Amino acid sequence: MDKPLLEVEHLTIVFEHAPKKIIAVNDVSFSIPRGKTLGLVGESGSGKSMTAFGILRLLPSGGRITTGTVRFNGYDLTTLAESEMQEVRGAKISLIFQEPIIALNPTMQVGKQISEALTVHHKVSRTVAQARVVELLEAVRIPNAIDRAKDYPHQLSGGMRQRVMIAIALACRPSLLIADEPTTALDMTIQAEVLDLLRELRATYNLSLLLITHDFGVIAEMADYVAVMYQGQIVEQGSVRKILRQPLHAYTRSLLEAVPGHSWI
Amino acid sequence: MPVLEVHNLVKHFIRPQGFWKKADVIRAVDGISFTIEEGEMFGLVGESGSGKSTTGRCILRLLEPTTGKVMFKGENVLDFSPERMRQARREMQIVFQDPVSSLNPRMRASAIVEEPLVIHNLGSRDSRYNRVQELFQLVGLNPDHLLRYPHQFSGGQRQRLGIARALALNPAFIIADEAVSALDMSIQAQIINLLIDLQRQLNLTYLFIAHDLRLVEHICTRVAVMYLGRIVEMGKTNVLFQASRHPYTQALLSAVPSLDPDSPRKRINLDPMSFNKDAPLRKISDSHWAAI
Repeated sequence: MDKPLLEVEHLTIVFEHAPKKIIAVNDVSFSIPRGKTLGLVGESGSGKSMTAFGILRLLPSGGRITTGTVRFNGYDLTTLAESEMQEVRGAKISLIFQEPIIALNPTMQVGKQISEALTVHHKVSRTVAQARVVELLEAVRIPNAIDRAKDYPHQLSGGMRQRVMIAIALACRPSLLIADEPTTALDMTIQAEVLDLLRELRATYNLSLLLITHDFGVIAEMADYVAVMYQGQIVEQGSVRKILRQPLHAYTRSLLEAVPGHSWI
Repeated sequence: MPVLEVHNLVKHFIRPQGFWKKADVIRAVDGISFTIEEGEMFGLVGESGSGKSTTGRCILRLLEPTTGKVMFKGENVLDFSPERMRQARREMQIVFQDPVSSLNPRMRASAIVEEPLVIHNLGSRDSRYNRVQELFQLVGLNPDHLLRYPHQFSGGQRQRLGIARALALNPAFIIADEAVSALDMSIQAQIINLLIDLQRQLNLTYLFIAHDLRLVEHICTRVAVMYLGRIVEMGKTNVLFQASRHPYTQALLSAVPSLDPDSPRKRINLDPMSFNKDAPLRKISDSHWAAI
């Protein structure tokens, strides 16, 4: 069998704000095979976002990886030089956030923001970049791509902004996409559209997806595997069917019971 | 007798377009009617921009409606003088979505919950203090935290604080405007259970405004679905969820994630051309209306 694209082993992230020491992520291990999706579930503060930032080595100040390895495509990301890490971020592993309005630059046309993502990593001419921007906007199903590229973020709806974020994330054809609560801020119908889009792109680009969410509904729709985080630790992981149908850990059960309408299953 | 009757409520916002252009009229709420019976949890669902929050604010006259009638316990609150309205608000309260922006960061928790009592000039300092302690217990907050500031509470606790403030004046009717949408799912469940407990204990009537259909299906007796300022479908919750008639309701329901990976949802795309947006609500059965 192929080696998994991402293997996180015994990852521990500690925040040191003297005299306090907080273990945000505690001995976390999981792996994501190529083209598969791992759902990382947990409540706010459980360490799921910090795990993602740890993988990309984008931890906020005071935080550092004390032990563990992050194997991606055969390299251990924790030992790469910062310049090598720059080559990974955005190009090999991309990140999309919950709030596209915060992540996007309000003073820049969205087309420019997408082409910026392209030109940071590759030498491409302006015309090539422009053509690629339109191609990407079409890939994320934004109608009238040529006109929309000239819009500023505030001129787009929430769902459209999230599509722009996805276009930026996919600009360099990454093999792993980390999506941190990508649909939490959206209306139900828009959430369904964005999830459908992610599913489609995942198949087209053979993307692996690390999907961070607190909504088991989103997990059931998207994930192949699930890891449940609680207070910095993974308390249970397994295939999505196993976790949803026979959760073993009491915490997983309590999370599932909190989903309105869980009794339908 | 119903606690609340809304008749043909209209709220238009006028957006000036400069000197040369004609002003834009935004029909946020465009002629809606519904009634809420005593002790009921009535759900109002729709997506951002559908007018559901505007409706809630118009009922409390936090926004002045353009036309229409809002009958609360048989009286039209839109005819009330400002002083009479102030008195009426003792009985009608609202819990907002975002407890961070709806709680004054520079006031201590006890002062936040006490403020309605102070404004309405109720009780002595001591009796108010006792009432605040009582309210803290009622909503499941630790009375040891009376002197904390909002930022020292978690999201769920802050929402409990907002609920305690809403309950301070012993209201009969509460509008919960997306009161749990910003919370984690497990915290959502706790707050929902609190609202239901309080409903039983205090015989409250709720208008529950939400965009998450799963919540509404769980807790509301009846539901109205809003789309572009109008109610497109209304009825008993189970009827509406099992036999929805309006294309918009159907599209909305089809977007709800399924918890079974083996029978995924099949999303229905809404074709806005496929139905008449001006169709009036029509009776389908005794407990079901749809604008088709």
